[in-house]
Amino acid sequence: MLDSLGFIIGTTLMYSTPLIYAALGGVMSENSGVVNIGLEGMMTIGALIGATVGFYSGNPWLAFLAAGMAGGGLALLHAVASVSYGADQVVSGIAINFLGPGLALFLSRIFFEGATMTKAIPLDNKMPRPIHGLLPRNSFLDLVFNQYATVYIAFLLVGVVWFLLYRTKLGLRIRAVGEHPRAADTLGVSVYKIRYLCVVLSGVLAGFGGASMSLAIVSNFRPTLISGHGFIALAAMIFGKWKPQGAMWACLLFGVSNGLVVYLGRSDAPFEISMQLLSMLPYVLTLIVLMGFVGRSSAPAANGVPYEEGER
Amino acid sequence: MFKKMLALMLVLLLMATALVGCGGGTAEEPAPAEEPTEEQVEEQVEEPQLKMAMVTDVGGVNDESFNESAWNGHQKARDELGFEVSYVESEQDADYERNLETLLDAGNDLIWGIGFMMGDAIAEAADFNPDQKYAIIDSAYDDTPDNVVGVLFKAEEASFLVGYIAGKMTETGKVGFVGGMDFPVIHGFHYGFMAGVKYANPDAEVLVQYADSFVDAARGKAIANQMYQQGADIVFHAAGGTGDGVIEAAREQDKYAIGVDMDQNHLAPDNVITSAMKRVDNAIFMIAEDLKAGNFPGGQTVVFGLEDGGVGIAPTSDKHVPAEILEEVAEVERQIIAGEIFVPDNKDDYDANY
Repeated sequence: MLDSLGFIIGTTLMYSTPLIYAALGGVMSENSGVVNIGLEGMMTIGALIGATVGFYSGNPWLAFLAAGMAGGGLALLHAVASVSYGADQVVSGIAINFLGPGLALFLSRIFFEGATMTKAIPLDNKMPRPIHGLLPRNSFLDLVFNQYATVYIAFLLVGVVWFLLYRTKLGLRIRAVGEHPRAADTLGVSVYKIRYLCVVLSGVLAGFGGASMSLAIVSNFRPTLISGHGFIALAAMIFGKWKPQGAMWACLLFGVSNGLVVYLGRSDAPFEISMQLLSMLPYVLTLIVLMGFVGRSSAPAANGVPYEEGER
Repeated sequence: MFKKMLALMLVLLLMATALVGCGGGTAEEPAPAEEPTEEQVEEQVEEPQLKMAMVTDVGGVNDESFNESAWNGHQKARDELGFEVSYVESEQDADYERNLETLLDAGNDLIWGIGFMMGDAIAEAADFNPDQKYAIIDSAYDDTPDNVVGVLFKAEEASFLVGYIAGKMTETGKVGFVGGMDFPVIHGFHYGFMAGVKYANPDAEVLVQYADSFVDAARGKAIANQMYQQGADIVFHAAGGTGDGVIEAAREQDKYAIGVDMDQNHLAPDNVITSAMKRVDNAIFMIAEDLKAGNFPGGQTVVFGLEDGGVGIAPTSDKHVPAEILEEVAEVERQIIAGEIFVPDNKDDYDANY
């Protein structure tokens, strides 16, 4: 029984991690007033770069950082279009979602002699598991805590982003820019700089999310590896009322329902439920919680509205 | 500054279009036939060479799976039969029709669709262009048009063999099967594998779970972890990208996994003991031979099995599987070909025989 619980919790953590990174990315970007539906594309490029650098360098940390930079680089395009040029942020985000996977395929073919699937990274060169081997295998504590470093970093980053947004001067400025850019501008806050910073950071976080798939959950990239995670993260962020801790809970809810799907679908489960029905669980659960418990969630007031500095 | 930025944006836009289009090839409309020139200017291009081409599904041509195998078959046809071959890759399901159109315009003698996902697109294209020959991997039609060949594989036969290996090699008496989606193509793997396990080891237990996805690697990993936790020591997957997670779980838990479709040993050389292979390359080559000989089996569904080398176990199996078990496997293979062993591909047949 305890083992089953451990399994569900462990699976929840594994499932939630990439989503948490990407959702935090969404939180950063949207609190500064830039809608970022390009998270999926940024995750994909992060996953590819993570797997590629990880395979060739053998250093998972370098790979993880490179993945963040790749995501950030893609996000920079989104920032240029939507901040400097005031383009429609949704349209720009969609473009990013086309560009990311396309670029990932293109680069994969360059790096791996035409293959769209990267080569597997040896187990020793994957993200480290900090407490691997300390606990008896498949015991409750092992199942829960023997996770890849990316899992721990994700939860750490939730705290970091929360602190940044709600306990620092910069965070106040970010939120001011997201709520009322004109007011912030009048007070001498550079709306462009803040928005650029936030959008690029959001790409970095999404890139980390992609790498947490390709460097920890599996050890290679294939074009279908990131399939919808970015959009689920986006939903989780909205579900979590644009707050880092809220987004984290939403991702965990999604993760736990996926853990339950696997647990309830095993062959000696006490009752047999069709897998197709079970697979609906994460979405149905999300809908129920959204309707019943979350209440009204409102975006930052200036979210999605392009701002032109000095405009009256 | 503004000009620089504008230039940058334009370059990026150009890149974006180029990249997004990279799977599609040219999407040019065929020249409108509105101008019926009286003079017959149609050049009679002599084509001594047969042309064959394929449209990949979304995996791309080097997916280390069907598409790559299919392309190997094309290359073999080029090298040994003198075919002119080419391929177009699909980025998404919506590309299939467009890519088929592209290959049609290129004047191919035979166009392949790789994967059952393209079944409808091929049927539609075949309907519009009755003079063009088409073939499709892993799909069959109730009423196959005369210009189409459906190619199926007796995946259950290869699965039976890997099931036999699993049944012989399991130390815990428990093995697992992870399926992609619960439908007939995967049932062949499922029940063939179970029959093989039972044939080798009647007491062995087979844990079965479907992931309901071919792309969710995390779910594949979770399912396999659970099976290993329940005591299974060998897990076979027929789940595409979901299976990456299964193999990853085997690596982390230091257990065995069995690959599918292609030799997947390279994904985890210490853990993937064998793979149930569909030799798409052989199938394509054999159809190409038929085409060249003038007996293209249009309107039929051709099924390849152990007998003609259409399915089999991975060549790297000897790394982990003891030689005496491989000898037994060869004997089992002979018996299957001779019809002495019945291999089920669905639940009813399995229940009736095992």
